[in-house]
Amino acid sequence: MNPANPAVPNLNAVDVNGLTRGSFILRSAFAVGTVYSAGAIGPYVKHALAQSKAGDIDVLNFALTLELLETAFYERALTLRLSGEVREMVQVFGTHEREHVAAIKETIDGLGGKPDAAPRFSFPIRDERSFLALAQTLEETGVSAYNGAAGQIEAPEVLAAAGQIVQIEARHAAAIRTARSQVPAPLAFDKSLGMEQVLQAAKPFIKA
Amino acid sequence: MPESRTHAPDPLRGGAMEDLARDPGSRKRFLKMVGGAGAASAFAVFLAACNDGDDGGEGGSGGSSSSPDVASPGGVASNRDRGGDPKAGTTDIEILNYALALENLETSFYGKVIESGLFRGSQLALIEKFADNERQHRELLEATVEKLGGKPVAPVKTTFPLNSASGVLTLAATIENAGAAAYLGQANRIRDKEVLAAALSIHSVEARHAATLNGLIGLPPTPQGSFAAPLSMEEVLTTVQQFLVS
Repeated sequence: MNPANPAVPNLNAVDVNGLTRGSFILRSAFAVGTVYSAGAIGPYVKHALAQSKAGDIDVLNFALTLELLETAFYERALTLRLSGEVREMVQVFGTHEREHVAAIKETIDGLGGKPDAAPRFSFPIRDERSFLALAQTLEETGVSAYNGAAGQIEAPEVLAAAGQIVQIEARHAAAIRTARSQVPAPLAFDKSLGMEQVLQAAKPFIKA
Repeated sequence: MPESRTHAPDPLRGGAMEDLARDPGSRKRFLKMVGGAGAASAFAVFLAACNDGDDGGEGGSGGSSSSPDVASPGGVASNRDRGGDPKAGTTDIEILNYALALENLETSFYGKVIESGLFRGSQLALIEKFADNERQHRELLEATVEKLGGKPVAPVKTTFPLNSASGVLTLAATIENAGAAAYLGQANRIRDKEVLAAALSIHSVEARHAATLNGLIGLPPTPQGSFAAPLSMEEVLTTVQQFLVS
């Protein structure tokens, strides 16, 4: 991996660590959509606390369940025989999902909510081919789930964080599609799914 | 994977802003790109935020109340004086026109890339697909600006160094990564839920383009790790102004 990526100048240049709310807002006058890295979750939660409504906790728990599912899925995939390239992808993407879980849990805690417990999952994958096919389905569902839930989020900080996560899910989806020789961006506009639709889609993989 | 959290200087103190404040050419390109009165007011807020520095009190009143009262396009009220609301400062029409300016740039870029004859086969098909995506983004954004009573920005003249296929792919990755970060940077400033839904449905497609192009030049699809980083309007301008003909 190449953090000093010449193709994406200045992408890491924003940091909200240690900013007071006042200066945060001032700086936000233009640099809105502030970055919240995992390490900056503390201030992020403090801001969100002031603005979030109870509904955000529900949306976050919904996102948490999805991220738990994806984390379990990539962990399960590591038990398969995979080519080196696909194995590396599984490890990297699995790490992302695990960090999404941690950030979302911390946010729910910070908002005074209770993170939902992880369900037990089961995935019908037995080889690289079936893994990649289901990976595409799950990542596409993830993109549509975040895009669909975003409109219900009240706190701008929670919305910003959801945006930071959905962009990663979309990048995963594109990479997996490419690995399957499929068009990475088949539609000009990604679809949205409602929470109910997403939970229905996730149901076959949830045991008990 | 390593986290790439460089603790770079505050972007609001950075070069983009100072360039804009000092360099009339840069300012002109910015105004031209995002177009007309909307840009003028966005730029005014930007300068006000710049001058206020770090000392503003709770509620951000310093930043908002000192912003010059420039009329927003299409008669849509500006919402600049809602101290404490990070959304304050830019109307949906301004954000949409900013996005439209980027889509115009991308459409123009891909058009020139296709014309250049540097690509064939599957890579050409991919570029044509991306070009078509951008064209559709442009159409939706134009229609949305009009629906909200605004005036869509017109495309500006562009120039791109199209010397080699590998150079073009690197350039495309730069533009698409910045594009995805640009949408991310505006998402939580959008007020209207339908506009937000449209922006997000485009944002994730730009992310797909970026990830795919990264792959073609040997970069990871997710160079920033688990959380994508947004870019402000000024940071995006810094990336794209080299492609604007003033």
